[in-house]
Amino acid sequence: MKTLFILEAMTTVNQAILSSESELESLDRAIGDGDHFINLKRGCAALLAMHDELSPLAPAEVLQRMGMKLLSTIGGASGPLLATFFMTLAKAEKTSDVSTLADIASAFQASVDAVKQRGKADRGEKTMLDTLIPVAETFTQLTQQDTDRLLLLTALQQAAEQGMQSTREMIATKGRASFLGERAIGHIDPGARSSQIIIHTICELAKTKIA
Amino acid sequence: MKKFINNVDDLLVESLSGFAAAHADLVELHLEPHFITRKNKAENKVAIISGGGSGHEPLHSGYIGYGMLDAACPGYVFTSPSPDQMLAAAEAVHAGKGVLFIVKNYAGDVMNFEMAAEMLPFDNATVLTSDDVAVENSTYTTGRRGVAGTVIVEKAVGSLAETGADLAACKALGDKVNSRTASMGVALTSCTVPAAGRPTFDMGELELEMGVGIHGEPGRRRESMRNADAIVADLVAAILEDLKPARGTEVLLLINGFAATPLMELYLLYNSAAKLLQAQGLVISRSLVGNYTTALDMAGASITVCLLDDEIRQHWDSPVHTAALRWQR
Repeated sequence: MKTLFILEAMTTVNQAILSSESELESLDRAIGDGDHFINLKRGCAALLAMHDELSPLAPAEVLQRMGMKLLSTIGGASGPLLATFFMTLAKAEKTSDVSTLADIASAFQASVDAVKQRGKADRGEKTMLDTLIPVAETFTQLTQQDTDRLLLLTALQQAAEQGMQSTREMIATKGRASFLGERAIGHIDPGARSSQIIIHTICELAKTKIA
Repeated sequence: MKKFINNVDDLLVESLSGFAAAHADLVELHLEPHFITRKNKAENKVAIISGGGSGHEPLHSGYIGYGMLDAACPGYVFTSPSPDQMLAAAEAVHAGKGVLFIVKNYAGDVMNFEMAAEMLPFDNATVLTSDDVAVENSTYTTGRRGVAGTVIVEKAVGSLAETGADLAACKALGDKVNSRTASMGVALTSCTVPAAGRPTFDMGELELEMGVGIHGEPGRRRESMRNADAIVADLVAAILEDLKPARGTEVLLLINGFAATPLMELYLLYNSAAKLLQAQGLVISRSLVGNYTTALDMAGASITVCLLDDEIRQHWDSPVHTAALRWQR
């Protein structure tokens, strides 16, 4: 991973989140408590404000500082979960040179595992993990098969999309939506949707770098 | 949305500043990270720290002071505070006997306090409050939520800590009070998160949400509006089914308003609930009625019953001097 790409991704993800305001808010009002978008927006704004501070730093340090900033600005459940994700990525960058796609896939997998542990949650509980876990699996699988980069990125976007959509029919067993029981059925989980938006956006950006 | 706001992003800090100024004799506000401490640091006691999303005032900042909390960490509206707040608060109030966190059982709060506890350089323990019996099948959910019963836990533990009791004893009392306390709420309207600008949920004029949470999260079911006695009967039945108190048990009855229900109606609810408890042979020896754990501008209320014993009664009665609870012996 390169610092320049991380910072560029940060900017485009911020735009993508901002343009999903009404959708994320209505998803969260349906089965959450209505603050998911506001919290993400605050986290994104805090990261953007660090742009100049981050740009001269090595990727590991950039990811670590992003994680700490998300931890202190988002709060809620998303704060520690996203922070855990970034800080685990940072650890991977620090301990080895994450340069090949297979390296990135394994760092991503480690980060998803850390989120599972922090949230004491797994696939099928109607959370962000329903997006992240299938993406991690697809990532690992396809990098082992040495798939074409463009196909890989599209496959990751599809895995995220399917994972996010799969939350629609689930009963939540973690997070605020769990209090709804069967009433949560029929609604996509807002955390699964925001994670999918982030992954989709980063993959789109990565596609533009292939040519 | 019609609310007293200048700029929605400044709401929290302006409100905290007003609170700190109004109670300057009791508390001190620290910003970035945000936390509030007692005006005069207590010595030689376990530091009791709580915190959670804002919008539940006077929980938790209103309970800072002699006999209750040493510090509170306010998050944004309905959003857990973050570990940097808890670490800074602990640093400020730690008095050599460890830190006890009192945390309402929500995924976000639990994770943030957990990360803080992992990073904290002092002995620490956590009491998770989970008095809301509206959440059924708790093995399949995040578990029961912490609601108004948290006030009773904070009062009892805060009182014990003033005696110089150690961390383990404070934690044990907190867990005991929590296990003997049950609550359930009902909403007549939604609340509106200021930054969202719209009601969190839609509710018809003739509907109520039975078992609502303090963030406007749904409860057990949506029902048609009924008279107060019928609503109270359902709440009390759910609470007693959980606590299963023996006849003759002494209890504390707390009628808590969510903020937009007048005291007149809260006392009506007290009247109704008290009769039902007495009919079950329970002895209501302590009571509290008012807005103690609110949900922004929600109309509605919760009923909390705590099974007293000599120890809990003693720590409920002991002197307390905070913005929201204040009495002498």
